[in-house]
Amino acid sequence: MSTKYVLKSVVLPNGDKRDIAIEDGVITSISQSFTPDSHVVINTDGSRVLPGLVDLHTHLREPGREDAETVLTGSRAGAKGGFTALSAMANTSPVADTAGVVEQVYRLGQAAGYLDVFPIGAVTKGLLGESLSEIGSMADSVARVRIFSDDGNCVFDPLLMRRALEYVKKFGGVIAQHAQDPRLTIGAQMNEGEISARLGLKGWPAVAEEAIIARDVLLSDLVKSRLHICHVTTAGGVEIIRWAKQRGINVTAEVTPHHLLLTDELATTYDPVYKVNPPLRTSDDVHALREALSEGIIDIVATDHAPHPVESKECEWQEATFGMLGLETALSIVQKTMVDTKLMSWGQVADRMSFAPARIGGYVNQGQEITVGTVANLVVIDPAKNWQVDRDLTMSKATNTPYHGLTLPGVVTHTFYKGQATVIDSVVQEIGDVQ
Amino acid sequence: MNVVLSAEDISRALTRISHEILERNHGSSNLVLLGIPTRGAHLALRVAEIMANIEGTTIPCGTLDITLHRDDLRLRPPRSIMPTLIPQSGIEGKDVVLIDDVLFSGRTIRSALDALGEVGRPKTVQLAVLVDRGHRELPIKADFVGKNLPSSLDQSIRVSLTEIDGRDEVVIENRRQS
Amino acid sequence: MKHLLSIEDMNVQDAIGILDTATELSRINDGQMKKLPTLRGRTVVNLFAEDSTRTRISFEAAAKRLSADVINFSAKGSSISKGESLKDTAMTLQAIGADAVVIRHSASGAAQRLADNQWMSGAVINAGDGTHEHPSQALLDAFTIRKHLGKGSGDLQGLHVAIVGDILHSRVARSNVLLLALLGAKVTLVAPPTLLPIGIDKWPCTVSYDFDSVLPYVDAVMMLRVQQERMTELFFPNAREYSRYYGLNSERMKSLKPASLIMHPGPMNRGLEISAEVADSARSVITEQVSNGVTVRMAILYVLLAGAPLDVGSI
Repeated sequence: MSTKYVLKSVVLPNGDKRDIAIEDGVITSISQSFTPDSHVVINTDGSRVLPGLVDLHTHLREPGREDAETVLTGSRAGAKGGFTALSAMANTSPVADTAGVVEQVYRLGQAAGYLDVFPIGAVTKGLLGESLSEIGSMADSVARVRIFSDDGNCVFDPLLMRRALEYVKKFGGVIAQHAQDPRLTIGAQMNEGEISARLGLKGWPAVAEEAIIARDVLLSDLVKSRLHICHVTTAGGVEIIRWAKQRGINVTAEVTPHHLLLTDELATTYDPVYKVNPPLRTSDDVHALREALSEGIIDIVATDHAPHPVESKECEWQEATFGMLGLETALSIVQKTMVDTKLMSWGQVADRMSFAPARIGGYVNQGQEITVGTVANLVVIDPAKNWQVDRDLTMSKATNTPYHGLTLPGVVTHTFYKGQATVIDSVVQEIGDVQ
Repeated sequence: MNVVLSAEDISRALTRISHEILERNHGSSNLVLLGIPTRGAHLALRVAEIMANIEGTTIPCGTLDITLHRDDLRLRPPRSIMPTLIPQSGIEGKDVVLIDDVLFSGRTIRSALDALGEVGRPKTVQLAVLVDRGHRELPIKADFVGKNLPSSLDQSIRVSLTEIDGRDEVVIENRRQS
Repeated sequence: MKHLLSIEDMNVQDAIGILDTATELSRINDGQMKKLPTLRGRTVVNLFAEDSTRTRISFEAAAKRLSADVINFSAKGSSISKGESLKDTAMTLQAIGADAVVIRHSASGAAQRLADNQWMSGAVINAGDGTHEHPSQALLDAFTIRKHLGKGSGDLQGLHVAIVGDILHSRVARSNVLLLALLGAKVTLVAPPTLLPIGIDKWPCTVSYDFDSVLPYVDAVMMLRVQQERMTELFFPNAREYSRYYGLNSERMKSLKPASLIMHPGPMNRGLEISAEVADSARSVITEQVSNGVTVRMAILYVLLAGAPLDVGSI
């Protein structure tokens, strides 16, 4: 018998204040007042409930780099951040380019039990950009892979990209492109502009992203297949996607929380905790991205959670690896940049962080409206509370958060995954012990 | 605060010192005066001028900065280096008179002797000071003294010169005065 | 000043202070180059993670003339070449008791990383970090210009300096633009468009693609070394063409004003960016830059190390 819960006086995305009862994994009642003795009552007065967050872009590092993160630690970090589904990127070691590897990751996710882990398959064998990986067998595997990405690398060969887009049509899959022209970004360290010139760090020009986005939306139009653009960072990229959507091209796009908040000014510290790929851009880009997310030109927020061990960041900038943590801070950053600035409502947050990503990934029982009878994947956030980020207190195995010391709005107090509380009063529960 | 030397006192002391230096060295022909910046440098110029009036000839006069040779550099905030200007004649085989405002521990003069060693090898080195306040920490003594001012360690001696401070005077004051 | 990391974080007073100190030191040095006792008992480590014999021996000579103990820690054969991290190297230097670390590194920002982290407590002197800055080179260049063309001490107001060549990859150019501008000089950068960084319009200087149109108006022209590998990276067609448009040869030298200086941070590619006749001409101050380098680096060491440590408090 699993525990029954009732969330007292919680605010739904539409603004209504209700009591929500959870029993046997599903929402059993949404009413003005519900107080039976059989339920654990959680006082959520003043807090908001959202459908469990769904991340389409997570680096869980397992198999291969368990020193940085594992499926278990990444799942705990996800739960802490209010997520009920993660999408494990394919750039593991070995690469997730066969049914065997994606099934392993999928099973590790189930064993951890904190949330759904949906593996993403590699587009090309070994992420080398030379030949297609076993896309069909990954789609047919237990993991039911629908998203394919060479993230970290761009699928640069236009013919290969065309074939990949065509091939996934068979099962309604989607190619998630890491848009980066490799020739224009050889040795690139940060956004190319005034600051890279001053710091003597090799530039990553916006056009290297925009040129690939432009090419790929045209390819997607040609073969009438689904394209997803990972981590858009430039105002120009936004404009191309806007144009493509107006033409009816089947393209979706994501933005990371860090690209909604941070700028390339931070590189002046030479602290590699701010080194990320694609790089932090200018404040003009940040504002264009916020606008685009608000309008829906950018469909979703995805974390690009990229854990790295300490030694990969405690060094010279150009020696350091790219990437930053994102799962535990994502919702707070979105509140800070989009909700508190009045650019988005909480209902839109539910769309960008739950409904839309679940729809793009084709994820079952995720990203659903909060209604009676649906699986209880929920997150409760207290938007009035602030918290201070402390890298030594992350659930993630890694500590490379760029927000260390920063005070952020919005505290995730509870997360429910299939009706089970993975987070209670902001404390991640021990799922293994319960099962 | 107590004025121990007035402008006139200073003027008289410098005139006397100038005469003593000339007497001791049998004239000015082999003399080089080197003032220790900052106030010693101005005193040296004044002594050179007095001597020039007496002798009817110019006296080689320069400055010798001792900063790079100090033994207390690490105990104080960084100091800027002052000019070292050696007269054309050089100091080789000359009778060099070092001139400073106050002689106290003797460490400045020790540093000056080291600094002088970088410049050349004089025949003799003599020392002239406006004030000798005692409390020597090294075996050093002045050849020419404007005024002996026995003082306690709690007191400080302040020399003001027109060129820098707008007036000539020497005052003695208690350090822990509020 | 606790560290010398970049010209960017320096103010006019800092810069003039170092140049004035160097001027006094050069007066002493003009006689015999004798050893001064100033930094006796201090340890200066030359941490050269990238080969540079010239800069290393310049800093070594400077430290030794001030009687500091010098430890050379070069890339070849050291733990750096065996993959030791900057942090571990810094902690080793701390354990040795280095009062100052002179660091040359191929990574931009390496000196700042060393200074910003709590890995070691000594002063950090940037002797060139990647394509970022080379502040001691800029200071010695400014010192050389000031000695010849300045009005005694003070700044470089009213002077016009051209810096010619691979600006994109040049830490010397970055530091020089900032320092010369700080001291009031006008700076013009001359290079093919491929060798100028995006965002240069925000620098305190003007830019020209045409060397010949700039030459008659400058008081000093600073030629930069062109790395051989730039030719394989598509920055210009070949060495001959580069030399034709951006090389300083005796023909071009004729259009310079009579008192203008010719400078080069070295090492030179004779025949590429500068012809032998020009390098050896009377108006070339290239070897003087080298000797001024020692004096200016003595001044830097003096300013950073001679006084009490800054955190001890002052009297």
